[in-house]
Amino acid sequence: MLDQKTINRILMAFGIVGVALLFAVPIIGSRAMVQDLFGVLTLLILAQNWNLLAGFAGLVSVGQQAFVGVGAYAMFACVILLGLDPLVGILVGGFVAMALAVPMAFFAFRLAGAYFAIGTWVVAEIVRLCFAQWKALGGGTGTSLPKGTTKNMFGVPEIKELLGVSSSAASDALTYWLALVLALATLGAGYFFLRSRMGLGLQAIRDNDEAARSVGVNPTRLKAWVFMLTAFGTGICGALLFIQITRVTPEAAFSVLDWTAFVIFITVIGGIGTLPGPIVGVVFFYILQRALSDYGTVYLIVLGSIGIIVMLFARRGLWGLFSDKTGIELLSLRQYAPETKPNPLAQIK
Amino acid sequence: MTETLLSTHDLTAHYGDFKALFGVDIEVNKGETIAIIGANGAGKSTLMRAITGLLPHAPDAIRFKGESIGALSAPEVLDRGIAMVPEGRRLFPSLTVEENLLIGAHSRTGNGYWTLESVYDIVPILRERKDHPATALSGGQQQMVAIGRALMSNPEALLCDEISLGLAPVVIKEIYASFPKIKESGASVIVVEQDIGQAMKVADRVYCMMEGRVTLQGTPEELSRDDIHNAYFGVSS
Amino acid sequence: MIWVDTLVQGILLGGLYALFAAGLSLVFGVMRLVNLAHGDLIVLAAFVILTIATTLGLHPFVAVFLAMPIMFAVGWGLQTYILNRVLGDDILPPLLVTFGLSVVIQNTLLETFSADSQKLTAGPIEAQSVALGPTTVGLTPLLTLASAILVIFALNQLFYRTKLGRAFRATSDDPVTVGLMVIRPNNVFAIATGIAMVVATIAALYLGVRANFDPTIGPARLLYAFQAVIIGGLGSLWGTLAGGIIIGVAQALGAAVNPEWQLLSGHVAFVLVLLFRPRGLFPRAND
Repeated sequence: MLDQKTINRILMAFGIVGVALLFAVPIIGSRAMVQDLFGVLTLLILAQNWNLLAGFAGLVSVGQQAFVGVGAYAMFACVILLGLDPLVGILVGGFVAMALAVPMAFFAFRLAGAYFAIGTWVVAEIVRLCFAQWKALGGGTGTSLPKGTTKNMFGVPEIKELLGVSSSAASDALTYWLALVLALATLGAGYFFLRSRMGLGLQAIRDNDEAARSVGVNPTRLKAWVFMLTAFGTGICGALLFIQITRVTPEAAFSVLDWTAFVIFITVIGGIGTLPGPIVGVVFFYILQRALSDYGTVYLIVLGSIGIIVMLFARRGLWGLFSDKTGIELLSLRQYAPETKPNPLAQIK
Repeated sequence: MTETLLSTHDLTAHYGDFKALFGVDIEVNKGETIAIIGANGAGKSTLMRAITGLLPHAPDAIRFKGESIGALSAPEVLDRGIAMVPEGRRLFPSLTVEENLLIGAHSRTGNGYWTLESVYDIVPILRERKDHPATALSGGQQQMVAIGRALMSNPEALLCDEISLGLAPVVIKEIYASFPKIKESGASVIVVEQDIGQAMKVADRVYCMMEGRVTLQGTPEELSRDDIHNAYFGVSS
Repeated sequence: MIWVDTLVQGILLGGLYALFAAGLSLVFGVMRLVNLAHGDLIVLAAFVILTIATTLGLHPFVAVFLAMPIMFAVGWGLQTYILNRVLGDDILPPLLVTFGLSVVIQNTLLETFSADSQKLTAGPIEAQSVALGPTTVGLTPLLTLASAILVIFALNQLFYRTKLGRAFRATSDDPVTVGLMVIRPNNVFAIATGIAMVVATIAALYLGVRANFDPTIGPARLLYAFQAVIIGGLGSLWGTLAGGIIIGVAQALGAAVNPEWQLLSGHVAFVLVLLFRPRGLFPRAND
């Protein structure tokens, strides 16, 4: 029987090999594969951010499409109106999303508990309707990136030369690598954040708001920080997504189904409140989508039903089930937040 | 006149891994008033929770009118005629005094001694305040609403959990003044009390508990102060 | 003159939104549950009425009475078999489960009825209008508002005048202690959700008679309903009516200025009310 340490080492080795393979995909794989995996990675980034938000900070937002949308629109504005490089636009997209998070938090944080969810959704709707009024970027019908934008993007000519591929394949490779780096960075940032003092405070709040307050943690400020940081990540991801798509419309950029519903199901099915959860969830989602791709919206029905079943019978998702069965823990936050048995005496009286 | 209404047999109960009751045997006869006394943490409230089905335990450990009720859920137990005045009163703040009383009779079908009128007769002030929100009353009045609410189901056994907790002595006295009436209605009463003096006054028999066990039982006349002191604190004085 | 007309249209539209919201308000009042599938359940009810009306050749205003018990059963079953299992201190499971339900209902309707627009045809009354002071208003919008007022009145009577209403309020206060009164909270919740679905069916009738509907419009109805509930103050049924009317009037005024601003001005009105009255206009005292 292998002990926990050995298992962890083996898994870690698998992880490193896996990441290396993922980096090599544009070199050794087909272009279709690159595009497919790009989709998976961006969903993973969104899911990781939503997991931090809902699973760790208890902020169940149904308005994440607002950040994807403004990220995308900010990037388009940089390229079309200011003539900047799309990569600069991505960064701007992140900051604009973070800026939007400030008034959004100011408003939505007034809504207690469950109403926060619909409050964020309403704000996302408002933002969508406002962007539909922005005539310079096509208003309600949207607009496209100027021809050639992605071909001349910073780094694309070099990749083209290096790999000996077409410009569009090179730009696919670049956005793919960016998505991969972003996904790994989000994972790492999430891990270190949750093990930091702030992250500890966050988990304390999740367990008991009152108690956390009494030891000097300010729940509102901490949650506001998480809200803003995940808005940044989500906004960057949105901008990146729409470099690939090259066309933006209010409906597509602020789609609650594509950028929030899928993301919620991925996280819930994979395991909300666990770091590996979104990874497991996105793999599951991808397989399901491929398996049921011939049956129209059936996969959505299946996805929703599985989400419900998971919430009813296995609240920590597939990863939680796996972890409970095998005792294997990856990216565990346990050292810093030991699980204690509730004091039986505390329940009496 | 010694027909057993409610009894426990070697009753044990747990909170998770923590064992709170170690084989408790008590017996309540029809029409009898029983007091259960003991210090904080002696297991008195746990016993109440176990009887009313809020805590799991062996099915045969509790019998009521000859039926094993240990495996039943709380509503089923109460449906059989055991009503509880919960610790801390737990009145419904959205309901008026009268509605709080009426909800006690929610599932009642037949007639019985206790109606709104008979409850108001023993506590006339409630009639005056019947349209006030229940939580706007004084502590003692609220306690009477809680007792009245339990009586409205015309129980054969009434369980009162720490009804004098946090109340002034004069108020406690007023509350216990209603007990002869309750007795008259034919109900058996179990009071859980920390106020030993009050308990001895109303009870036909007394059980004293310590650390999850019954350490002493008898009629108030049989028990000396020293006996009770020992049973209560577990040390000789 | 045009402004009076707009105002009246807005108030009548508010009646529809209040109907959307009344069920949500009831469920929240009894069990603090926010049902993200509420909009899709209204659309489901509209399809149930449509199916009954077309297969049995009934007028929608008759078919709705057959749809009500069906939707009551749907609500009862939903609460008993799914939602009761996830109620509790943790807000995450009920939110995610109802969100999942929303997606499942919407896409099941898409699979069954396709994405085509549907309408409940109510015949001549659709075109009839009544003179109301300086303006004329359509008969159906007027009926909608009247129904909304009637529904809210009936729900209030139920809440404050009946034994069931007493059980609703007591369960809302303290579901544990209510068990000591031999009331099973889960049954109370199931009945409440059943009633909420009956109200949703009435809302669905007017939704379908007044305009086209298709399986995807549920979430937007949820948002209007939610805004009406919050503006009115959580748990206040008359507040919900007021909230619906505020959203309706805001939308009508916005649309009068620029048709593209209809939805936006409704949302903005919601945000503004909340900025100045975070607990809504008529908050319940003990929440």
